[in-house]
Formats: sequence, C-alpha cells, structure tokens
Amino acid sequence: MSGALRIPGAGRLSQAKTARFSFDGQSYTGIEGDTLASALLANGVHLVGRSFKYHRPRGILSAGAEEPNALVQIVRDDARKTPNVRATVQELYDGLAANSQNRWPSLSFDVGAVNDLASPLFSAGFYYKTFMWPKAAWKSLYEPKIREAAGLGVSPERPDPDHYSSRYAHCDVLVLGGGAAGITAALAAAETGVRVILADEQAEFGGSLRFESGARIDGQDGFAWAQAAIARLSAMDNVRVLPRTTAFGYYAQNFVGLVERVSDHLKAPGHDLPRERLWQVRARRVVLASGAIERHMVFANNDRPGVMLAGAARTFLNHYGVAVGRNVGVYTANDSAYGAAIDLKKAGVNVAAIVDLRDNPSGPVVDEARALGIEINFGRAVIRAGGKLRVSSMTVQPKNGGGERTIAVDAILMSAGWTPSVHLFSQSRGKVAFNDETKRFVPGAYAQDCVSVGACNGTDGLSATVDEAYAAGAKAAKDAGAKAAKGVKPKVDASESWSRGMLGAAPGAGPDTTVKAFVDFQNDVTAKDIRQAVHEGMRSIEHVKRFTTNGMATDQGKTSNMHGLAIAAETLGKPIPEVGLTTFRAPYTPVTFGAIISHARGPLFDPTRKTAIHPWAAAQGAVFEDVGQWKRAWYFPKAGEDMHAAVDRECVGVRSQAGLFDASTLGKIEVVGPDAARFMELLYTNPWEKLEPGRCRYGIMLREDGFIYDDGVVGRLAPDRFHVTTTTGGAPRVMNHMEDYLQTEFPHLNVWLTSITEQWAVIAVQGPKSRDIIAPLVEGIDMSDEALPHMSVREGKICGVPTRLFRMSFTGERGFEVNVPADYGQAVWEALWAEGQKHGATAYGTEAMHVLRAEKGYIIVGQDTDGTVTPNDAGLDWAVGKKKTDFVGIRGLTRPDLVAKGRKQLVGLKTKDAKVVLEEGAQIVEDPKQAIPMKMIGHVTSSYWSQNCGRSIALALVAGGRDRMGDTLFVPMPDGVIEVEVTGMVFFDETGGRLNG
Amino acid sequence: MLLIRCPYCEEERPELEFRNAGEAHIARSANMAGESDDDFEKFFFIRSNPKGIIYERWRHIHGCARFFNAVRDTVTDKFVMTYKAGEPKPSKLPKNSNEVVAK
Repeated sequence: MSGALRIPGAGRLSQAKTARFSFDGQSYTGIEGDTLASALLANGVHLVGRSFKYHRPRGILSAGAEEPNALVQIVRDDARKTPNVRATVQELYDGLAANSQNRWPSLSFDVGAVNDLASPLFSAGFYYKTFMWPKAAWKSLYEPKIREAAGLGVSPERPDPDHYSSRYAHCDVLVLGGGAAGITAALAAAETGVRVILADEQAEFGGSLRFESGARIDGQDGFAWAQAAIARLSAMDNVRVLPRTTAFGYYAQNFVGLVERVSDHLKAPGHDLPRERLWQVRARRVVLASGAIERHMVFANNDRPGVMLAGAARTFLNHYGVAVGRNVGVYTANDSAYGAAIDLKKAGVNVAAIVDLRDNPSGPVVDEARALGIEINFGRAVIRAGGKLRVSSMTVQPKNGGGERTIAVDAILMSAGWTPSVHLFSQSRGKVAFNDETKRFVPGAYAQDCVSVGACNGTDGLSATVDEAYAAGAKAAKDAGAKAAKGVKPKVDASESWSRGMLGAAPGAGPDTTVKAFVDFQNDVTAKDIRQAVHEGMRSIEHVKRFTTNGMATDQGKTSNMHGLAIAAETLGKPIPEVGLTTFRAPYTPVTFGAIISHARGPLFDPTRKTAIHPWAAAQGAVFEDVGQWKRAWYFPKAGEDMHAAVDRECVGVRSQAGLFDASTLGKIEVVGPDAARFMELLYTNPWEKLEPGRCRYGIMLREDGFIYDDGVVGRLAPDRFHVTTTTGGAPRVMNHMEDYLQTEFPHLNVWLTSITEQWAVIAVQGPKSRDIIAPLVEGIDMSDEALPHMSVREGKICGVPTRLFRMSFTGERGFEVNVPADYGQAVWEALWAEGQKHGATAYGTEAMHVLRAEKGYIIVGQDTDGTVTPNDAGLDWAVGKKKTDFVGIRGLTRPDLVAKGRKQLVGLKTKDAKVVLEEGAQIVEDPKQAIPMKMIGHVTSSYWSQNCGRSIALALVAGGRDRMGDTLFVPMPDGVIEVEVTGMVFFDETGGRLNG
Repeated sequence: MLLIRCPYCEEERPELEFRNAGEAHIARSANMAGESDDDFEKFFFIRSNPKGIIYERWRHIHGCARFFNAVRDTVTDKFVMTYKAGEPKPSKLPKNSNEVVAK
C-alpha cells in the first residue's frame, strides 16, 4: 500500500505502480504520478521543513508552484544535491531521496527553534536595527554568523555534471498556462492552422480541473476532457505542447523565457537528455492563462503542519487519492473551500466543522455540505490553531468576540479567496487595475500584444472562462495572420463557480493582538510585522516589503502579497489601490543557473583562439598565457628552468644570435581601393600619400579626442593596397573604428576593409642572424640591405608558399616578420626553425618579446598608454604629420588640457639599486617623507629585469617627465621606498645601429 | 530582447546581432582642425540624453555590418523606426513601433 491515507478508488493514479522513496533517511512508498508532497501526505507526513527565521515546524501548504513551506533538498549524488525544491512540484520517481532543510539536529527537534522564543529580537527590520554596533563586530561576528544561519539547503560539493540545453522558438500564438482557459485558447488558435505553443508548469495539463470535481466539458469529466484536448493538440503539426515548462519571464516585444524540466522526474535520466531546457520564444501574440492562486487565512499559528489551502487538499484527494487528514476542519471566507469539505466527506473523511467568516452565505455548495451533515459555523473565525509539529485543534470564536470553542482536528483547510496570477502580465509592463467589488487586481491597460483569459483575468466560472478563452484564442490567431477558424467551441455542461473572499488579517489577528499570524510563510512575516513597519514610518508598499521582507522569498509572495498589502493599507488608513502593488519581477519561479548558461560553460564559455603554430609551441613545452581569447606562448622553459631563467636566456639569445617568435595574433587589416591612401591619411596621424609601395611606416591611430587608440606597422603593398597591423587585443575595435568612419563620415571614399588576422600566420625572425636564417628559403626577393632596407615589405615566396615579407623590428635587432597563409604557418615555422638551428636561434615567447621591446623603449598601447595619453605624451610627436589638415584626433590634440604643461609623459626609470625590479602600477612621488596621502606624480607602466642590460629597466608615466631627466624620484612600497632615476626610454643600443647589425 | 529592423537587410533581427554606436546626427566638421573649443565640445562631449525619442546609431555587427540610424523611445524602449546612414533625420515619425514601418 502506498500510504495509509491513500483512499481506495479516489484519485487518478494507478495504485499498481509503486515507487520507493526516502525522506530524511526514512523509507516510504508512493505511486508513480505522485509529487513528493502527495506521497508524503499519503504516508501521513505533514512536517517537512523548518521556517527560515524562527525555525518553526512547517508542513505542505499548497499543491503547486506557489508552495512557500515544503522546500526540500533532492539528493541524487554528491554533485546533484538540489536545494529548495518545492515538494509540491517534484515528481516522484523510484529511489528518490529527499532531505528536509534548515534544521539541526533533526526536523522534529531543531535547536534553531529558540529563535521562535526570541522572536521579539527578530521582528520586522531586525537586520537594520540589531547588528548596528559595535561597528567592527559586523565583519568579524555578525555577518559570518548570519551567513551561517541564513540560507536554505546545502550546496553540492562537486561541479554540476548535468547538461542543459537552450532553444529559440518562434510562433504565432503562445499560450501560457494549460488549464481550461489555456487549452481552450490553444484549441481555438490551433484550429486556424497558425503555429501555437502551449506550455504549462505541471506534468499534466488541466490546471484547476485537477481538483474541480464538479466540472464537465463536452460530456466528459473536466480533467478527462483536458487530456483528450491535449492529445488532439499534440497530434497537430502546427502545435508544440510543453508540459513541465514554466514561463518565468515576459520581456520586450513578446519575447518570453520558459524553462522546461526535462529529466528531474526520471529515475535514471539518460545522458542524452538535458536536465532542463531553456526556451526563448518570440510570439506574435501571447495568451496569458496563468490562473489564480488561493490565499490562506491569516490567523494565529496558521503555519502549523496540517494547515493548508483548501484547493490543495482537494487536489491531493481528487488527483492523487490522498486524504490530508482523517478529521479535518475547514476555515473559509468564500465558497470554494466547501468543495474540499464535500469531496473529503464523500471520500469518507470526517469533516469536523466548516468555519465560515461570512455572516449568512447561501447557495448550492452550502446546501450540499449541510445535506451531507457537515457542521457549518457562520460568522465565526478560527482564532488559533493548536498543536506544534502537527495541528491538533482549531479554536473558534464569533468574529466579533465571545466564547471560544476548541475543536479537535488533524488538518485545517483554509481559503481566503483567489488571487489572479497577473505576474506575467505585469512583467509585460501591463498596468494592473484594482476591482473594488471583487477586491482583486486584474489586468488593466496592456503594453504588448497579449491577452489574459480565465482566472488570471478575474473571470469567474468555467463557462465564462471557456467563452472568453475561445474568443481570445481565435482573435490572437487572426491577429497573427490566420484565416477563419474551423473548430467548435467546447461546451461546458457543469461547472463550479466562486468569487470574493477576504484580504488581510482575520479576526483574532487584528491590530490589538500580538499573535503569530503568518502572512509570508517562507520569510516568516506576520501581520504584526507589517503593522510595525507602517508604525515605524514605512509608507510605500515597496518600503514595507523591503523592511519586512514580505514577498521577497523564493516564492515571491504568491500567497502573501495581497494579504500584506491589505494589512499595510488598513494600518495606513488608505484604500488598497492607493497603496499599490509591488513590482512583479522575473523569474516567476526560481530558475537554475544551469538553464540560463546552458552549454556556455567550461571550455565553451568563451572561444579559445590558437595560432597555426600553437601545436609546435605546445610540443616544445611552451607555457601559454591568455591574451584576450588567444593562447600565446609565454616562454619556452628548458629542463630545470624557471620563468626568469627561460626569459633571460631567450632575451640574450635573440640579441646574440637570433630568435623566432609567433606573432600571428597581431591584428591585420587590409585597406584596399583607389582612395586607400586618403583613407589612411584620415585614420592615422602619419602621412601616407607619399609612402612608396614596398615601404612601411609605424602608424598611430587616435580617437577624435586626441588620445592614442592603437598603433602598428603598416606596409604599402601597392598604390591602392595597405597591409595594416594592429595590436593583438585591438583588432576588432580598430576594424569597427575604421568601418564606422568609412561608412558614416567618409562614405565618399572608395575603399574596402578586410580583416585578415586569421588569414596570415606571422613568424618574427629577429636578431643579427635573422637574414641568414630566412634568405635560403626565400624566392623572388632580394634580401640585401639596399634592396630590402629596414621598414620595407616585399611579396614573394618562402618555402614555396606566398609570403608578405616585412623587414621590421620590435626588438631593435635586424628583424623580419614573415607572413604566410595560415595553413602553411606551422610548416614554414618548422622550416625556419630547422634553418635557425644552424645559427643558434632561440624560440622566444611573449614575455621575452615584452622585455626586448622595453629595452628599446617601444611602447605597448594599453600597457604604457591608458586612453589618456597623446602621441606627445608618449614621445611620439614625430609620427604626427605636421602638414596634415585633417585626421581623426587632429582637433582633439589642440585641446587646452592636451597642450598644457605638466602632462604625464612617458620616460624611462632606472632603480638606484640595479637589482631591484619595480612593480608595474607602482606609484611615483617626489618626496617620500611627505604625509600620507602622498601626492602621486605618476606610475610605472612597464618593468622588467633586463639580462641584456644587466639591470632592471622600467617605463613610467610621470608628470612633466621629460623635464626631469636625471632627477631622483621615489616609489614608496609597503616594505620600503625605492629610489629611481628618470632616464630616456631607450636602454639598449641607443643609436639604433643594431637594426642593420 | 528587442527586435531591431536593419534597413539594409530589410529584416527584423534580434538585438544580439546589433551594437549601439551612440547618438546619431552629430556630423563631423569638414574643417575639423579649425573648430573652436566650444564647437568641439559640442561635437565630442555633449549628448542629448532625452526622456522619450532619441536618434541613435546602431551597427548590424553580426549581420551585414552596416551602420544605420534608429529612432527609439527611451521610456518604452520601443524602436519607432530605423533608416540608413546618411539619410536625413525624419521630420515625421510613424505612430507605432517599427513593426508597422516594416510592412
């Protein structure tokens, strides 16, 4: 038997299909199709958790996504421990293991429950008041303790091994919610042939038809009709039916985020299935059919396990065949709870009494309950629940006061009325309107192409809902471009109908009381807390919400918001619409990070770019560094070498013999066209018109404000063709910058821009032996200094493949950069390497490249410049064409502050102690003895040990730097002040003779 | 995620394909070097930042790569219309979103 409280013949699950599960280590049996909640209830288990703040015992309140209490941890293995799973949503599978949360040492005996006794300390706003002093205690004492005590559940110890998927979808009509309204609207739309997506958060469609035993449509039981309709829809080619799928966010232009729980309900999910799937749907029209959520009654101890929503009790009975108690009481302020009493009574459960706050209700359900012999108490209130780990009684009193009477019960089924789920409507930026007669917020002005139908629209009764939904579905299809519908509207034969109810605290929990009557179960907010917030000066409902945390838990106040609002309004003495609703924000229910990031994690988080020569470097044992998305060889350690030793060897090797360096990541852009030179004149500070084909020039690109944006060597291959290089990190933005000017400011220029970064592999061969290494492999290029001087470029062949051969140097040595088509990159590298071995060549990485260029005072844009450095500041005034009448940045350069004296200028620094290497980013001061905070006059931009110079070298931006040559400045560091001398930027081969050496 | 109509592709495409490029209709002077400090300030630093209709530049960076202009309402975030770079600032705006313009 799958639980003592399973009623034979009740519900829709097959008793034959049992499933074993455990809760807090105890084994139980349920039935396939159960939720964890229904299976626990079938076994008589109501106590499932402890509350967040007071650690009060808590049971199962609801049967759906609104559940605030029954949050459990589902444990599959060490890596799969999902906290805060709503037991009312988690489907049972054989072997499911769940644990309760927020209790120690056990659920029934929880030490943290002393918080309940100390509750005066934890009243509204206690975080803001209690931990204010001593100030130092916040970091050392309060915060760590609060963090330890707060939060629910525990994190898994290992990374999530599951995978998640993501899909984009487009449709004409998206129907959100699969109850009677949603199914009807989907049918109406689907019959026209337009593309329809119908989603519902439950495993089975039907919504409230799951519990409404009085509903009959098209001659069938309502739930059976729903299943038949879903089968029809599923069979249609133009319809996608998504169960277990929650619409969590409604964004601009009918873009809706849904998350589908694909395998959390399976015993052993296959690895081919994702755990969840994110659907990003763009719909022409959206039909909102999200239903309504029942509210609880706000009375003392209304949180005791066994006190639950009447509709939930009815769902557990009519769908799962579970009686939530053997002797139940009902407390209501509207008709709907009568259905629960009637169904339970008919199933053989004793209904001790119905307590109805209304004075003299009448109607068929009241008559039926009375005919079944159920005691009904009108005009009375339940003023408190008895019991602790499980409700044991309800105490009833006339609502205006008088004698109390205590009735023994093992469950209290309550209903204060139903709140339309306007969450998605509100997220769509629609404005809700308060209906004063029915005391509820319903959709008012729409902001997007959507329509609300059924209970979420405040429509009462199944007939009216089906009429409205059918018309809305057909209209949505028509608006999305459909022809006329061919279908037949479902016919409602019998239905239940109710409306009204009450908002706020019930009698016995009014302003004159101090009882714990919970408004928000998950965040432990009582009616008293909300009144207190108002008394302490909170006027806006947004402030009341934040001060009390009402509605701020993971359930987002689905059951609590309206009660909280009504209590605040009453305390403020204002009507509800004047106080207003808090903002509904996505997500509607919690969404896992896994679903959101999908495959974009680990190696797929960001692309990794590797050069053609990468495999060679990896085989040589290179250590790589990340430069943007690129992996670059950082240094090539030999056995026993640390980074320092490897870099020293590489640097010396380049200057003594030669070095090979993979420069393929360099950004490369081809600028082609009759106006290419004119375009270059406008985009770079240098003159280009007179640069002869076959020659190169170091170019500087500015932004319009006059600051350096990028730099690089540009070769003119032909009168109408430039091979432009950019910094490694700057390639995409330089391309964007060039395109921007070409398309919008200089569209009259006949020029094409092409990114060629990945088309050409670049091998830098630098050092006195560089020509000897290259020359034997080159065809068709005269390698003599006369024919190929420094800063020139030739096209020809190397190793039989095309090359653009640059004679240029970023080391100060005689140097070449061999560009070959990327596919040949590694082959040419290997050929050059083999040739290089005859001349003692070294492979060097980016660190040695940095040291070598710093020895020569060559800057790196983005390291020695920071977006506020002009060419003059960097000592590069020579590269600005003085005769030019226009280029981007020409006006910016003459701004008053850019020509003012005392600007920070790039200079060299030598430490007085040659062995001391400065830290990059270290600040520079004139007088180290001044009081703190010191006046800083600059900072170190580049700093290295230079084995070639036998000392440390550094570049720095220093205010008025070029007027301080030879001066002593100071770099204060935590362990002492470092003395430095201001020098020129060239530390090695000042005359530049080695370029032709 | 917004849908933006590229006036070159003549299609509505998701926002992911586009990149904003700042305010539109700020022309670079033909005599840049001769601009006064005040004019340069207006050109380079001053932006309108309106509540309501804004004219801005977008680039269909992951599409045709063209820069174009768009009229957007900063209150509703709705694109009123888009048009090609170089076309004059529209003197009259359509009443509805760009979906209407797209037809």
